[in-house]
Order: sequence, then structure tokens, then C-alpha cells
Amino acid sequence: MSAPQIERREFLKFSLAAGGGLLIGFSLPGADMFATAQAQSITVFMPNAFLRIGTDDRVTVIVNHSEMGQGVYTALPMLLAEELDADWNKIGFESAPVDPKYNHPVFGMQITGGSSSVWSAFEQYRKAGAAARGMLIAAAAQQWNVNPATLRTDSGAVFDGTNRKLTYGQLAEAAAKLNPPAEVTLKDPKTFKLIGKPVKRLDTSEKINGKAVFGLDVKMPGMLTAVVARPPIFGATMKSFDDSRARTMPGVRKIAAVPSGVAVIADSFWQAKMAREALHIDWDDSAMRTFSTNQMMQQFREQAKSPGTNVRREGDPDAAFAQAAKKIEAVYEVPYLPHAMMEPLNCAVDLRADTCEIWTGTQFQTVDRANAAKIAGLPPEKVQIHTTYLGGGFGRRANPQSDFVVEAVHVAKVAGAPVKVVWTREDDMQGGWYRPAFLHAIAGSIDSNGNPVSWRSRLVGQSIFAGTMFEAMMKGKEYDPASVEGVDDLPYAIPNLAVESHKADVKVPVQWWRSVGHSHTGFATECFIDELAVLAQKDPYQFRRALLPKHPRHLAVLDLAAQKAGWGKPLPKGRARGIAVHFAFESYNAQVAEVSVDDGKIRVHRIVSTVDCGRYVNPGIIAAQLEGGAIFGASAALFQEFTFENGRLQQTNFHTFPMMRMNECPEIETHIVENNEKSGGIGEPGVPCTAPAIANAVFAATGKRIRKLPIRMTEAV
Amino acid sequence: MLSFIVNKQRVNLDVDPSTPLLWVLRENLGLTGTKYGCGMAQCGACTVHLNGEAVRSCVAPVSRAAGKEVTTIEGLSPDLSHPLQRAWIAEDVPQCGYCQSGQLMSAAVLLREKPQPTDEDIDEAMTGNICRCGTYPRIRKAIHRAAGMMTKGEAR
Repeated sequence: MSAPQIERREFLKFSLAAGGGLLIGFSLPGADMFATAQAQSITVFMPNAFLRIGTDDRVTVIVNHSEMGQGVYTALPMLLAEELDADWNKIGFESAPVDPKYNHPVFGMQITGGSSSVWSAFEQYRKAGAAARGMLIAAAAQQWNVNPATLRTDSGAVFDGTNRKLTYGQLAEAAAKLNPPAEVTLKDPKTFKLIGKPVKRLDTSEKINGKAVFGLDVKMPGMLTAVVARPPIFGATMKSFDDSRARTMPGVRKIAAVPSGVAVIADSFWQAKMAREALHIDWDDSAMRTFSTNQMMQQFREQAKSPGTNVRREGDPDAAFAQAAKKIEAVYEVPYLPHAMMEPLNCAVDLRADTCEIWTGTQFQTVDRANAAKIAGLPPEKVQIHTTYLGGGFGRRANPQSDFVVEAVHVAKVAGAPVKVVWTREDDMQGGWYRPAFLHAIAGSIDSNGNPVSWRSRLVGQSIFAGTMFEAMMKGKEYDPASVEGVDDLPYAIPNLAVESHKADVKVPVQWWRSVGHSHTGFATECFIDELAVLAQKDPYQFRRALLPKHPRHLAVLDLAAQKAGWGKPLPKGRARGIAVHFAFESYNAQVAEVSVDDGKIRVHRIVSTVDCGRYVNPGIIAAQLEGGAIFGASAALFQEFTFENGRLQQTNFHTFPMMRMNECPEIETHIVENNEKSGGIGEPGVPCTAPAIANAVFAATGKRIRKLPIRMTEAV
Repeated sequence: MLSFIVNKQRVNLDVDPSTPLLWVLRENLGLTGTKYGCGMAQCGACTVHLNGEAVRSCVAPVSRAAGKEVTTIEGLSPDLSHPLQRAWIAEDVPQCGYCQSGQLMSAAVLLREKPQPTDEDIDEAMTGNICRCGTYPRIRKAIHRAAGMMTKGEAR
């Protein structure tokens, strides 16, 4: 972390003096070995929970969202620095401790998810900066004995009419004695200097010299490392284990049963892993011993033949379908998928008699703290979570049961020393909490003019909310809104429309995965609208256009993508384009993919991705998220699936669960639709359109429809 | 006792010689810039240089380093001055950042061997390094940019 290290006692003293309330000081263990060249800052001014200013002019922004690649350690400081009129070169950042003052203003807890960091912080961080600016101006006015209204601020300093100057560092001590202003006035967006500019990320330097501290890099004096032998099949329980050989192996300190399996605690990771391989464990795996995804999908297909729970209904789609001039039915299937962050799960815990300190890359601080406190037998306020950098998140590190945190606290209880639980890649992939497999059975029809008259989507898949604390969000518990998002708000003007949902009673642990329900609803709906367009013998882009008269923002991204991709213009022989548009997480995305298919092998040559995410903060980060979203989506479209046979997951590591690689990566072009709408998300909205755009391009190239992911030409119809 | 050189410093270690170099670097030597991603040479997050060659340290027993010279991301440059690091900053390459040490170490060997790499050269050299965030287009641009800087003599 680039944030200056602060003596805890000093920090508490100053933050109390500043009336900023009590915060727990935080420095990463081992971070001292990475002492940076930056001057040590003495914090004297902490006007609120979101920033500190030192006498050395350094401004530290405390970020209440986790940095997992999406750029919050840059975007949120930009919001604050804008209103503070800070010198951007003096800005640092730090991850927030767990405290209600850092709760997400809408979700009511500390969480990074739902592509919500920037929109939820948009006013919060600007107000924090503006409040500090007001106090610094007041301090300068006192010192100069002038009317504060005659002063201005720029680049980290207050100026008077004669250009006398006091830097924020020089004013910090005086400002700390003042009360925060009751009200603040925010800047007119026309005067923004940072917001809207492609400011370089603040976290790049330490990510390219090995100094960034991820959860896996946490060190503590006397720390041990643990691996856990977990059940080979979901729902299996341990009957007994034999550790007679493992116990005698080098470096092994302790082997003990924990609720999730058997913990092997050693001096080092490799010793723990070797000893785990020497364990003999007898599991009762009867619960899911016969489970297979092939059978499950067969069951899903059967379920889809009968009506499901009503989600949305307009007109009479069944009657309209029966009478229609032309009709089509299609079944789309998507598999289980793991998040497969590059940094496998891990969690370090220092459990003492009356405190529990946790270091991990988490997206879910409030929930993790509450769950950890229960296991530690401590009140939540005695548990502190230090959020490190996350080596990717994609939803996995926001687990409703805090599985990887809770387990680590259990291990800490038996370790008798600070301990870090490390998951191997295989552990991480086989550890559950996947994007649920889904089936969409869609029936649609058009009239003799080629205009759609009916659409009926039936979805079958597991709920990610059922059985969690979020079950209350399930509307009447009849269906899971996260299962149907993206189809329950299908934007196309179709007079007879139904969306129905079937529950799937399967015990594979499932969870939100980058773009959640949209990851499959985007695929199914945007492929099917393409099928209807072809049935109507119309251009897929123009067909969509005509059905979006009430959705100008959909139209804008669609038109921009078509224009930038050269829709309709000739392509080299063998290449074809596919298009898709989708609304998710308060943003609109359209993509055009350009592909060729040679001997059954698909090559994606180019993707144009356009977004309308309303008022944006950093267009550079938006481009990066769209590029990354398309690659994430293309990996899923082309390569990825998790399958089970005899209860066992068939994929274990990157050799059986491939990722898109450099040589397969298309050229990606991104464009932003400019407007002044409320900010939307950017981390997830760029994912859903990629698979349907590619699948529709494959149809355009080959005349074969793709109805199942990952795409295999042998399964095309 | 194993003896080798890491980032120009000699180290002598009493460690099981079959332990992967990755874990010796990370746990015995505190060089946590080199990352664990897969443990089976599939993702490239653990890439370091062994006598100048890119190796996957997660599958290289530390005994392979005996008497040799290892360079990790911490030794790529003392001050972010390597052309690749400067290009990575200019192109704002990293997202989560976890794979970037390995990406840079692979790219450094590529640039040394092919100072003006083509896109095909980049594909060949970089395809062993996975990035889940999808920074490949920026990595490609940054490698070309670094090559350009070296040609113009901007390198150290």
C-alpha cells in the first residue's frame, strides 16, 4: 500500500482531536519491509472518515471499496480530490477498516459488488472532499484574518486575492481545530478538472515492482501456513482420518479436524501441502455421489416443458404463438463456471483471547466480520478485517457464508499462532460457489410482416439467494430476481410476453459471478432476438432498432457499436459479424464481434464494445473494464465449463479449465456514449453481450446456431 | 545447503531441495512479488529468470537454481526504470495486478531476444501467461511501446 504508515497511538490521538471519530489504525504486516521512498506523513487533519491530510501535504484517501482490478483506488480518490482541489501528485490511498461509517450508502453494509462503487461513492466522496476544503479555507481565513469568501483553492493550497498561498499541509493543524461545515456546495460539473479525465491509475507502480500486498503475501511474526483437505464431493462429511504419516513430516505443527475438513498446519505452504497429500481421509460422500451435470440438464429440459412461476406477463403469449405466421423454439444452456481469480483464496488470522485480526482480500467486510466474530466467540467490534489487494474478485470474495474467512478462523482456533490458510488452485476451483448452470427455453413468433408477436422465456436454474441471508430479497420467495435479471426487463416491443422461472433443487453451492444473472440472460435473449430477426428475414441490427422505440439509451449504444464496427460493410472472406445489446447494473452495453470459423475452430478477430454508464469518472478505467469484460465473456463463450460426473468436478486447473490467452485475444475497441445521466456500473456491464455477439457472428459466418456454451461447432444447430 | 544468487545477492539456504523455487522465493526469502497461480506451469504468474531464461518457478525445484542466478520482479529494476515498467505505466496495464509480475518477466526475456517483436513474437512469448482481468491488449501495446523506447535509446 502506498499509504504512509502511521503510529497507531498518534493516529488515534489526531483523529480524535480532529473530531473525526475513532478509527482503528491499520498497517499491513510486513509492509515495513517494503518501506517506500515516500516521506512519513504526520497526520494532523482528519475532517471525516474518508481522508487525512498530513503536514507534508500528503492527502490519504480512505477507500471503502475493495480494489480487485476495477480501479476504485483511483476512481474514488479522484472524486474526493476533485472537490478538495487537491494536488493529484500528493494523493495516496488506503483501504478502510470495517466500520459502519464505511457502509455502502445503498446496501447498508461494507461491500464491493453490483458494479456499484463509483455510483454509490459519487456524492459521498465528493462531499467528503468539499467538507475538508471548506475547513482548510476557514483555517486560512482565520490565519490571514480575511473573509473566507475571498479565498480560492487550487492544487492543494489556499490562495487569497493577492496570491498569498498556504498549502493544505501548512493549514492542516489549524483546520483540525475547526468543526466540519454543516453543509457543502459541490462543484458545477463543468468545472471538473479530474472527473471525466483519463487519469493514470494510482496503484500501477506497486503492481509492477512486486510490492503490492495481496492476501497471499501477508506475513506476520511467527505465522504458520495451513492447507485444508476438503471433501471431494459437495455435501460429503468426514468419517475419520489417519494422519500418522503426515504428522511426522517436516515442518508440520498440527493436524486437526475443522468443520470444512482437515487442517494441516505447518511452517510453510509446501510442507503443509506435502503433509496433506499424506493424509488418509474416509469421507461419507453419499449425498451427491451420483450427481452428474448431464443428468441435471436433462432434468432442466423436462422442467422447462411445464409452466414456471410467473415473473412477467403481458398479453397472451401462448395464444399468440399458436396463431402466429412463423414461430421458433430454442433451448439455450450455460454451464457452471468458477470465478477463477488469478489469486486463489486465502485468509490470514491472528486470533487472541480478546481480539481477532484478519488479513484477506475480501469484497464483503461487514458480513465477514459478523461471521468471523461468531466463530471467534467475540463481539464483532473485537474483530478487525484488513483488506489487502484482491488478485481478482468477480464476486467470489463476497461469500454470504464468508466460507474462506470462517474456515480460517476455525483453523486459527486450533493453530495456537497466527496462521494463513492458503487454497491451492485445485482447492479454489473445487471449492464451490459457482455461477449456476442455467437453461432458457424460449418460444417466439412473428407475424406475416416479420414483426414479433410473442416471446415466452422459461428459465431453469439454481437460485443464488435461496438459503442465504439475501433470501428476503426474493420477491415472495417464488423466484430469485438474480436469476431472471436481464430477461424480466427485456426491452423489445413485443405485445405478448411471458417470463417464467423454475427452481432447480441442486446442492452445488452457487453465487454471484461477474454480471450475475445477466451472464446467462444476456446470452439467451440476445441470441433469440437474432433468431427472430433471421426468421423475419431482417438485418439483426435493424430488427433490434425497430423494437426499441422507447429505449433511446439502448439505441444509442447499439447505433454506436454498429457504426464503429462498420456494420453492413464488406469483410474479408470467411469473416462475419454478430451484434448484441444489453442493460445491466444501470449501464447499457452493445458489442459487435467479428469472427471466422475454420475447421470447427472459432477465431474472434475483433470486438467493438460501447457503453452508456452515465456520468463517468475515469474513461481510461472504463475502457479497461470493457476490454476485460469482453475477454472475460469471450473466455466463457469459447472455452469454459464446469461439469460433474459421479459427484466429482471434472475440471481442476487451467489445463482443463482454459482461459483466453494472448494469442487468442481479439482486437478490442471501446467507445463511451457521452451524457449527463446518473452514473451506472462498469465492472460487470461489459460481460453479457460478448457471448451472444460471438454466437450470432458464428451464425452469420456458418449458418449454424449456437445454443449452448461453451461454443462447440459440433453442437451447433 | 543450497547456494545461488537472487537479484544479484548470494543466498545460502538450508531447505528441502525438492521445494519449488517459487515457495523458497516467497517464504524463505520474502520475495512475494512472484505469485502462485496454478502450481503446474499453466498460468505463468510465477515466472522468474533463471540464468536469464524465463522459467515457471512453481514447478522448478529449488535445486535447479543451485549455483545459478535468479532474477525476480523485485530485481527487474531498482526504480521502475525498466522500459517495460515505464511502458506498463504509460499504458495503464494492470487491473488486479496479480499476474503482472509474471507478465513482465516473460516480456523482459522476449524484448532481450527480440528487441523489435512482431505481434506473432508477442503471441509466442506471452501465451503462457494468463490474465483473468483481460489486460492482454494493453500488454501487447506496452511491449511495442517499450520496444520503441529502446530503439530511440530511451532505455537505461
